[in-house]
Amino acid sequence: MDAATRPFRWHRNFSAKVAAIPMIITAMVVFVGGTVWTVVYSFTNSKLLPREKFVGLDQYERLWGSSKWLISLENLAIYGVFSLIFALVIGFLLAALLDQKIRFEDTFRTILLYPFALSFIVTGLAWQWILNPDFGIQHIVRSMGWESFTFDPLYNPDIVIYGVLIAGLWHETGLIMCLMLAGLRGIDEDIWKASRIDGIPMWKTYLFIVIPMMRGIFITAIVLIASGIIKVYDLIVAQTGGGPGISSEVPAKYVYDAMFLSQNLGQGFAASTMMLLTVVIIVVPWAYLEFGGKRQ
Amino acid sequence: MTKAPHLMKNSLGYAAEPEANDGDVTLRPAESPFQQVRLEEGPAGRKPRPFLSRRNIIVYGTLIFVSLYYLLPLYVMIVTSLKGMPEIRVGNIFAPPLEITFQPWVKAWSEACTGLNCDGLSRGFFNSVQILVPSVILSIIIASVNGYALANWRFKGSETFFAILIVGAFIPYQVMLYPIVIMLREIGLYGSLTGLVIVHTIFGMPILTLLFRNYFASVPQELFKAARVDGAGFWRIYFQIMVPMSLPIFVVAMILQVTGIWNDFLFGVVYTKPDLYPMTVQLNNIVNSTQGVKEYNVNMAATILTGLVPLTVYFISGKLFVRGIAAGAVKG
Repeated sequence: MDAATRPFRWHRNFSAKVAAIPMIITAMVVFVGGTVWTVVYSFTNSKLLPREKFVGLDQYERLWGSSKWLISLENLAIYGVFSLIFALVIGFLLAALLDQKIRFEDTFRTILLYPFALSFIVTGLAWQWILNPDFGIQHIVRSMGWESFTFDPLYNPDIVIYGVLIAGLWHETGLIMCLMLAGLRGIDEDIWKASRIDGIPMWKTYLFIVIPMMRGIFITAIVLIASGIIKVYDLIVAQTGGGPGISSEVPAKYVYDAMFLSQNLGQGFAASTMMLLTVVIIVVPWAYLEFGGKRQ
Repeated sequence: MTKAPHLMKNSLGYAAEPEANDGDVTLRPAESPFQQVRLEEGPAGRKPRPFLSRRNIIVYGTLIFVSLYYLLPLYVMIVTSLKGMPEIRVGNIFAPPLEITFQPWVKAWSEACTGLNCDGLSRGFFNSVQILVPSVILSIIIASVNGYALANWRFKGSETFFAILIVGAFIPYQVMLYPIVIMLREIGLYGSLTGLVIVHTIFGMPILTLLFRNYFASVPQELFKAARVDGAGFWRIYFQIMVPMSLPIFVVAMILQVTGIWNDFLFGVVYTKPDLYPMTVQLNNIVNSTQGVKEYNVNMAATILTGLVPLTVYFISGKLFVRGIAAGAVKG
């Protein structure tokens, strides 16, 4: 714009500046200010209320010495890796099936996507009921004659996170499928014709031609799933409450519990700073690859 | 999607044959013996594809199986909520109710106990409505004006603030939870519904602003310039040109916000007090409360009641919902 030629630059675009005030306040005060505040106070020994008594890395030492935090991280890693792999694979396979020019495509898509409209609380409670060993799947298989059948993920500390994974996948796969379907629809029909003339089998066309062409969609899907994984909290609260014991804790729940239940603000700040760090480690290289490359 | 490419892509085995219709054949008398044969043998055109081909059985079989799996939790919830407790104790969670009772629904709505009070979910429902309506309106107004300013009235630094806003969407909420508690306490809104409305407006802002900015940027610039030449200012162009032209995106934003805010749990539990808890928090307290005998039918009725609002939005909005989440996905 030709702002330089005007004498009163501050008045220029005055309404737009006024209109953008909420955005500026949100960005600067809440997002930047809030984040910096939390990081700074993670070095204090705040308990019930924030205090400016700096204790260096004490909170972090305590955090990494806490078994609850280590279990949280382990759960997040297991949940994260499996939900990323399964959501991508199942989402893509379903999208490929729906893309076969089938009848009732809209009906199938509506059914596969509806869990995404539900909250994690509803999802968690529904699966808590289905996986209930006394009434749910285990009970039914046993009553059919297989007496020794055991499937009680929510009551077994070793596999509880996989029980949560079942519910999480049910909730999110539809979304990934929709994204992938949009990506498949963006592939030129000529590619298919060409590969058919060359006699390339369909699965090879998908694997070596179509998927590489959908790189952007895959990255979007991965970022979407990953940011959802870090936030996973409601699902755990509803489905297991972190139990049995502390076997299904996750970092987001650790932060909430430290801040609002055990009046241990410093731990909450330190844990949330670690969560932030995790996101930075994931997002920065990706942003660099995505946006750094374009400038050249 | 037109029907024409139908042939090309799927019927891998048959696709080598170009589509020929009856008209074509009668116009062109047979030139080759092959065509002659075909004409004599019967109807021309593409080979009829039996519906029960191996490929169709695999495709539809898989899709139907997966769909049933996806519908299972909803089915189980509905069936359970219509049974009496004695029937649940002896029976099978997948079996349809022998005796349909709506008592669990009534109890879930008006009598179920959350540990603090026993007014059921109705209290949470009305709290959620009181949170939802102002949050949706406020966040859409603010985000649309922001998006409009960013798309059409750029000023120095506007892109920087926008970039910070978008980066902020990736910061885990947990990092900003406590600073917002302090801010709300300072202005005396901590624990009130107004405070929660502000929080929802703040956290809805990145994605909605992006949505509106991209949409307004795609509106032809000529319209904007013509209005400028005619002397219209910031607000006049917004209300008389941009808003009327962008109603679909407002609907998409509304769908996004209604489902998002209704389904929120974390902000509700952090920023409100127990008697103001939204429906999701209330539901969790009812179902996961440790006191008393577990009434699974009431729990399931309560769960369905809480899911009903977003489900209704989902089934009514159909393709717009997909568009909304696709727009939400671009934030990456």
